[in-house]
Amino acid sequence: METRKITKVDLIFEHIDPREVLVKAYKLGSEGIIQEMLDSGVKGRGGAGFPTGMKWKFCAAEPEPEKYIVCNADEGEPGTFKDREILDRVSYKVFGGMAIAARAVGARRGYVYLRGEYKFLMPQLLMELDGFHKMIDEIGYDFRIEFKLGSGAYICGEESALFESIEGKRGEPRNKPPYPTKCGLFGKPTVVNNVETLVNAVIIIKYGSEKYRSMGTQFSTGAKVFSVSGDTPTPGIYELELGMTCLEFVKEFGDGDAKAVQVGGAAGFCVPRKAFAKTIIGFEGVPTGGSMKLFNSSRSMYNVLHNYLDFFAEESCGQCTPCRIGTQQLLRGVEAVKRGEMKSAYLNELVKLAETMKISSKCGLGQSVGNAFNSIVENFREEIIY
Amino acid sequence: MYQTDNLVKELVELHGAGRTSLIPILQGIVEKYNYLSDDAMVEVAKELDLSAAEVYGTASFYSFLDIKPRGKYVIRVCKTITCSMKGKMEVIETLEDMLKIKVGETTSNGKFTLLETNCMGWCHKAPAMLINEIPYTELTTEKVVKIIKDYMHQ
Ligand SMILES: Cc1cc2nc3c(=O)[nH]c(=O)nc-3n(C[C@H](O)[C@H](O)[C@H](O)COP(=O)(O)O)c2cc1C
Ligand code: SF4
Repeated sequence: METRKITKVDLIFEHIDPREVLVKAYKLGSEGIIQEMLDSGVKGRGGAGFPTGMKWKFCAAEPEPEKYIVCNADEGEPGTFKDREILDRVSYKVFGGMAIAARAVGARRGYVYLRGEYKFLMPQLLMELDGFHKMIDEIGYDFRIEFKLGSGAYICGEESALFESIEGKRGEPRNKPPYPTKCGLFGKPTVVNNVETLVNAVIIIKYGSEKYRSMGTQFSTGAKVFSVSGDTPTPGIYELELGMTCLEFVKEFGDGDAKAVQVGGAAGFCVPRKAFAKTIIGFEGVPTGGSMKLFNSSRSMYNVLHNYLDFFAEESCGQCTPCRIGTQQLLRGVEAVKRGEMKSAYLNELVKLAETMKISSKCGLGQSVGNAFNSIVENFREEIIY
Repeated sequence: MYQTDNLVKELVELHGAGRTSLIPILQGIVEKYNYLSDDAMVEVAKELDLSAAEVYGTASFYSFLDIKPRGKYVIRVCKTITCSMKGKMEVIETLEDMLKIKVGETTSNGKFTLLETNCMGWCHKAPAMLINEIPYTELTTEKVVKIIKDYMHQ
């Protein structure tokens, strides 16, 4: 099998002249922007990986005159910290991406939903936003951005819970459909994108979709910011071309003793050593919003699993039964097996429960608990039992 | 218990009396008094023409909108996996030792509350904690001692 080398790139944090890009986007207009986004093949960087061009196209097609652009800066997934870094270093590109999205779909207002844990960034961000508003006014954009702060609830990163929270309510996810592009914030057509996705829009408009597509693979175009942590000598934030295998990743970032990589945070998948070589990190393999946690052989995967389950049990909004009860039962279940109160075969029942949660939970939280649960139990069964 | 004086009215003036202002208003109260008293929530309900249950229901959903009395400095130590691998327990033990309280408690002088929280996005600089809104990272016992001493003298 061909092994690709890890390719580091510097597009997200590179300093550029935002005015030039925004003038170009303004001239391209709605159709021009959407075509570039579609041609680029870019997919959402928040985790779910929906094609951004399509999202914008759907929203643009809605006849309703009042529309919104929402930047999802809730960044609650354990192990991701890239959105804060992006906002800290190049907020003007995030605002720029929102303005481009607004021009594409015909929106005049935008919100950045920033997690409460990042409140310390606010004074700086508000100042930068001021300068940004002045710049886009000069170019001719009719667009205003406002900040909303979260208050310590992971579920508010889920897009419809985020809308509820901006509307001043409990952050409880809504039923889908209708999707946000039709009925989002305040019931109006809304584009919601991750911080990094919005910066990608700026990169695409600046360099053109063709150049963008030349990076990455057919299904995972472009580059991605990875948040690397755990057992690594070099924890931090890295922008890497998509398409590498887990083995290449571990060679670059591991401490020589990696036994597992958790790709995509608590909601993601655990890749064990034996699967490193065949696992591609990207939409054709294991997708990730950027969270990459390495575990070496000194770590107990029971502790890892227990920590994730505790997280989910706490952060479940409690709205639907499979998730509210399921997260608690999984947590108590593995504890009971560990203590020897339940036979090891009970793990099979728990795996079935996690599968049931996948198909019956209302939102992505309950639906994805089984990702980590099943991949850890499957690959590290002994560690869970003994 | 505290008197909100004119704070609620001022916040309503600043943010407006619509439903979307509810969370910013509650955040403003917590910023000043560290938690939401029953009286404060009732007052907000009156000002926004909502039921008190509605206000309580919204506030109690969010872990940063505390409805229990909290100290002037709320310490939140990250308990998610990377921080717990990289020495979160020592951080907690040092804090418990210095403040003479357990996780979840407030010092008798009302100055510090010690809590745990989920991932706050500092895994590459673990272990980490927040004191009110300020993050502290790459913590060691010595660092924690120094930070807390500084707060004690404030
Ligand atoms: C429980 C849960 C938490 C989420 N948290 C975030 C988050 O913190 N940031 C984010 O961008 N997307 C998050 N998402 C995904 C969003 O719902 C949404 O898909 C995303 O913001 C869309 O943007 P994108 O297409 O640019 O990725 C979360 C989803 C779920 C189910
Ligand atoms: S799956 Fe969980 S988080 Fe999502 S709506 Fe149901 S209870 Fe809430």
